[in-house]
Amino acid sequence: MTDQPLNIAAEKTAHPADDLAVVPAIRKPAKAVRAMIDRYKWYEYTAIYAGMFVFLFFVLAPFIEGFMVSLKPLSALFSSPYSFWPKNGSLTAYFTMWQSVPGFWRYIVNSLFLSTTITIVVLIMVVPAAYAFARFPFKGRGIMLAAFLAVNMFSGAVLLIPLYRLMRSLGVLNTYFAMIVPGVAFLIPSAIWLLRTYMMRIPRELDEAAWVDGASRLYTLRRVILPIAMPGISVVAITTFIGAYAQQFIFALTFNSKTEFMPLPIGLFAYFGRQEVVWNELMAASFVGISPVLILIVFLQRYLVAGLTAGAVKT
Amino acid sequence: MTSTRNATLFALALLAPALLYIIGIVAYPLVDTINLSFTNAALKKTYEFVGWANYEKIFKNNFNEVIVRTFVWTFFSVSIKMVVGTFGAVLLNAAVPGRALFRILTMPPWVVPMAIGIFMWGWMYNGQFGMISGLLQNFGIVDGPIAWLAYGNTAFWATIVTDVWIGVPLVTIYLLAAMQSIPRDLYEAAWTDGAGRFYRFRRITFPMIIPALVTMSLLSLIATFNSFDIIWILTRGGPSGSTTTMIIDTYKTAIGSYKYGEGAARAVMICIFLSLFCLAYFRVVGKINTGEKA
Repeated sequence: MTDQPLNIAAEKTAHPADDLAVVPAIRKPAKAVRAMIDRYKWYEYTAIYAGMFVFLFFVLAPFIEGFMVSLKPLSALFSSPYSFWPKNGSLTAYFTMWQSVPGFWRYIVNSLFLSTTITIVVLIMVVPAAYAFARFPFKGRGIMLAAFLAVNMFSGAVLLIPLYRLMRSLGVLNTYFAMIVPGVAFLIPSAIWLLRTYMMRIPRELDEAAWVDGASRLYTLRRVILPIAMPGISVVAITTFIGAYAQQFIFALTFNSKTEFMPLPIGLFAYFGRQEVVWNELMAASFVGISPVLILIVFLQRYLVAGLTAGAVKT
Repeated sequence: MTSTRNATLFALALLAPALLYIIGIVAYPLVDTINLSFTNAALKKTYEFVGWANYEKIFKNNFNEVIVRTFVWTFFSVSIKMVVGTFGAVLLNAAVPGRALFRILTMPPWVVPMAIGIFMWGWMYNGQFGMISGLLQNFGIVDGPIAWLAYGNTAFWATIVTDVWIGVPLVTIYLLAAMQSIPRDLYEAAWTDGAGRFYRFRRITFPMIIPALVTMSLLSLIATFNSFDIIWILTRGGPSGSTTTMIIDTYKTAIGSYKYGEGAARAVMICIFLSLFCLAYFRVVGKINTGEKA
């Protein structure tokens, strides 16, 4: 029973993300041909690495620049000509920012709290729903699945006015709720699709065996399916958490004006609007704020890829 | 299992929480938006039905211009994303040392809080001290500082570049996944027949990833059409409206000036376009799937 998840994961399916996502697919082609195809000439290597350098420079430029800025003293920052490398750079900004950005801790804690809560609420709703979609051929299943996917396509921005009125009438404006409630709604669809794909790979025989043994459906879900689906649920939890962490902006901007509830992006946004921006400290603060996810992707990128491509899963 | 009726009821019970939640937080507001778009709702408590007045009003104003601008902005952003993403995926697909590391390095724009990445772009676009203007001057490509966000034209392109930056990881990783699911036998057979690397790309890789390219273009189109954070943080729709897309325009009207009714009419227009894209997406995905089964 314990090695069950691995077996399931290793099953090949048609989804392109699976190759990256779960367990490397094992193929045994003619080794010699394969090795020769993958042999590059020196100029091909040069071209690939040069192209890679350009591509990654574009992707990473803001982070590189942001990091350089965080090391520069303010006087060097506001001087021309421009110099990329920090002259007499130091980590001072990383220490002084705690005074200059009051409540910085609070913003980070808020961000983590919001993401965690959203993730938990999403999981509570998505696990049973994904199981229903994966196992029961009820009427209108296809349409309902498509409807869930369609939710992803209407961003929160379109629904802001009624949502604002809804939050106001519920009396939750300027509370954590105002950011959690809409945040959850827009993370449910991808989570359902991702988890459904995973659950579909759990052999049906397991449900049937439990049924024959007289287990109720709910018991089967709780005691048979859930433990086996745990790896899949973790993937969904991780991608939902990162999604919730990355997308904290519009709801927090519109539905909350209290400093003590602000998540990190909004907290910092207030400073970016000011005339006297202490850029080096703000860049330092940004780096501290994004470091948790930067560390996460190193370890979890394999799972992230699964989540990244989940929205486009085939039926 | 035994009784299908019971099974259906059980399935619906499992679905109920998520379904009710979506109905409450997405479907009901959607209906409410349509409803509000026919009223003169504003800050005051009461409002009345005004028929098509809001729609007439927005089209008499500059709304056509905003629609065209949104489409141009979206078109360039999506096209550039697809080109850069394909470029990145081809490079990441090459079996060279370091590819695993390169793949990880592609992801930060997608996983870090979007707003924070945009703050960093905001600094890079700074004319006096930012990286882009600074490096261009250091290399002698331009003479004086260029404040990218201060002029309509450059701000328009600057916001597109930042939007491309945010979208590229998703496109790249998705296309990479599609490339890696192409059976290797095809390449081996072509190689045995003496096909070169570029020929193999043109005749095997590219045709095989077309379904993924189309799917991703449509998904990207929908996401880009909805893009809010980038423009709001960098320019707030300015200077003088040059980056005001439909979403920004709706936000300004509804949340900025508290004209809920008029804002709702603008939001409904966005929904109409989005529904069309959405239909196109489902049709294409349906076609791709049936095509593969046949």
